[in-house]
Amino acid sequence: MFAIKEKRRLNDSMTLMVVDAPYIAKKAKAGEFIILRVNEFGERIPLTIADYDRENGTITIIYQKVGKTTLLLDELNVGDAILDFIGPLGKASEIEGYKRVAVIGGGAGCAIAYPQAKALYNMGAKVDIIAGFRNKDIIILEDEMKAVCNNLILTTDDGSNGNKGFVTDALRHNIENGANYDLVIAIGPLVMMRAVCNLTKEHQIKTIISMNPIMIDGTGMCGGCRLTVGGKTKFACVDGPDFDGHEVDFDEAMKRSRTYFDMEREAEREYNCRLMEGAKNA
Amino acid sequence: MPNMTPKKTPMPEQEPNVRNKNFEEVTLGYTEEMAAEEAQRCLHCKNQPCVSGCPVGVRIPEFIGCVANGDMEGAYQTIKSTNSLPAVCGRVCPQESQCEQKCVRGIKGEPVGIGRLERYVADWHMKHGKPEEFYVESNGHKVAVVGAGPAGLTCAGDLAAMGYTVTVFEALHTAGGVLMYGIPQFRLPKEIVQAEVKALEAKGVEIKTDMVMGKVLSVDELFEMGYEAIFIGTGAGLPNFMNIPGEGLVGTYSANEFLTRVNLMKAYRDEYDTPIIRPKNVAVVGGGNVAMDAARTAKRLGAENVYIVYRRAEEQMPARKEEIHHAKEEGILFNLLRNPVAIHGDENGRVSSIECVEMELGEPDASGRRKPVEKNGSNFQIPVDCVVIAIGNSPNPLIRSTTQGLEANSHGCIIVDDATMTTTREGVYAAGDAVSGAATVILAMGGGKEAAQSIDKYIKSK
Repeated sequence: MFAIKEKRRLNDSMTLMVVDAPYIAKKAKAGEFIILRVNEFGERIPLTIADYDRENGTITIIYQKVGKTTLLLDELNVGDAILDFIGPLGKASEIEGYKRVAVIGGGAGCAIAYPQAKALYNMGAKVDIIAGFRNKDIIILEDEMKAVCNNLILTTDDGSNGNKGFVTDALRHNIENGANYDLVIAIGPLVMMRAVCNLTKEHQIKTIISMNPIMIDGTGMCGGCRLTVGGKTKFACVDGPDFDGHEVDFDEAMKRSRTYFDMEREAEREYNCRLMEGAKNA
Repeated sequence: MPNMTPKKTPMPEQEPNVRNKNFEEVTLGYTEEMAAEEAQRCLHCKNQPCVSGCPVGVRIPEFIGCVANGDMEGAYQTIKSTNSLPAVCGRVCPQESQCEQKCVRGIKGEPVGIGRLERYVADWHMKHGKPEEFYVESNGHKVAVVGAGPAGLTCAGDLAAMGYTVTVFEALHTAGGVLMYGIPQFRLPKEIVQAEVKALEAKGVEIKTDMVMGKVLSVDELFEMGYEAIFIGTGAGLPNFMNIPGEGLVGTYSANEFLTRVNLMKAYRDEYDTPIIRPKNVAVVGGGNVAMDAARTAKRLGAENVYIVYRRAEEQMPARKEEIHHAKEEGILFNLLRNPVAIHGDENGRVSSIECVEMELGEPDASGRRKPVEKNGSNFQIPVDCVVIAIGNSPNPLIRSTTQGLEANSHGCIIVDDATMTTTREGVYAAGDAVSGAATVILAMGGGKEAAQSIDKYIKSK
């Protein structure tokens, strides 16, 4: 069991948790992930490591409530424990040697973009963070991101923060105004990462994306997380999760990400029904 | 007088058309009377050919003698003294190519049902046996075992019995390895595996789950932590794909994923959250035990048509005869001498058919089996909504790639001395599928046993 040390709501749907996991904290590096299982009947889900504290032996995760497992996870509070917490998994990001970097985060992806930006900034790179959200109410980690970059650009789909647009609009603007990036890192929904990659391909800027497909074990055993990269089959769990975004077959990855879509919606619906029942009976 | 009936006492089974709709065990095991009857068939040969056929050297005539005399506890202790997982072996060992193949009774009839008797004794003990009292004085030495599958559990059990303090590190959330994630409930109930694991823990073996070795701890760190020797039994868990078009389509599973979802993650039970596609028409590619397991699992999930697609003929299938027989009884359709060339999908990227080509057998290849050759232009399609690829697994590279001085061959198998299981790195031993590539539970256990002996010698000679 892995005790929850801290829990903080970032917005209506996103939560940060600090989990006691000393073995993992000792080894974790930016870009790696963990797999957790909330209870005996639960699924194993991968979450990228948002931060780690080697001294206190903790791992920070940030999750968005998008299905039954994350809803169950969100029922837990400080003092409770997560049944299984496994990692660090995957390959650490290779981000050394870059001078001028744009780190792009989309929604919950900012949770992962932030530690990447932090690592790059601390290595002396000049970093722009472009973070996109649907509206201003769900903006997360604004102060944290501001502290680890030279420029923070926040965009909202509805313009509610005064800067309407997509992350690609801001990125295009910077590129066209001579930003001269030697690396772009994009983390967020597949559609966003694909849009970023289409843009950076035009401008021939190397782009790393972080994939988060369906997986079970996270050690190369099930092969469920496979994707096509440069025409070859790769496993996100052991070959990634970072990949060269210009080589990834997004169309296939998007279809695979929807494998259990109907079942996931059904599970969520049942979960919510039970909650309602519980509320009625209370 | 021995029972000279030429045939084995039959073992009761669930009816094929009943069992292919549930996940309960297929074979039901002997009753006391059946076990006594079968035990009487043993001739107690002086040279004991059966024992030489057992990778862990179970003293077979001795335990069968106990069964014949009604001394089940004695029978159990006899088996257990060399085999740490009798209830497992009685079910999944390929006895027909091991102990029973050497049985003298097999010359003029069927061999003694050694596997069935072993299972009977183990099951009897789980129900009626006294909890084992276990006390071995600690010898003060620590050994780490990586991987809680058949090889690792055997090695750990043997070392604990010698007085070692043993810690087993397991990557998944449950110990048992392939016994938990791979072999289905209807062939090997998971409660039995967990009972064996609990028995090991009662012996003092510490099992740490959720530990992905090579990532969370390295072999070097284990030595720094005071473990004097390390055993690696990480199995062959890296699924092979065919590299044909369409393997990325939704509905194409590796056998590992398909079986893990059902076995370890219990997707067949409503109270578990694990999703799985419940297909109507399924093609399982491959001819081994794993392919049979996947096909029979698909049937139990409610599939109407389940096809085995295998590129050679039935005689060349690596699966046990019993598994092929059970699969056929349950209505699995065999498409032999057929090789997949592509998987096709619909506009949503979901599997809609598998395209195969007919094969014919040519000259023998390196494996001694006649090589299948494509018949030009014989392509045809089978409409399916799911394809399970069961064409084998390679050893997992996680620990090998993070351990200096641990050498592997071109297939990724860890190189060891066959007699001692010593790897190329001092103090590190390995056995099971991580060394041999995908093989059987009992061979892995045999290797784990050898390694335990070698580790004992190594530590005592230091």
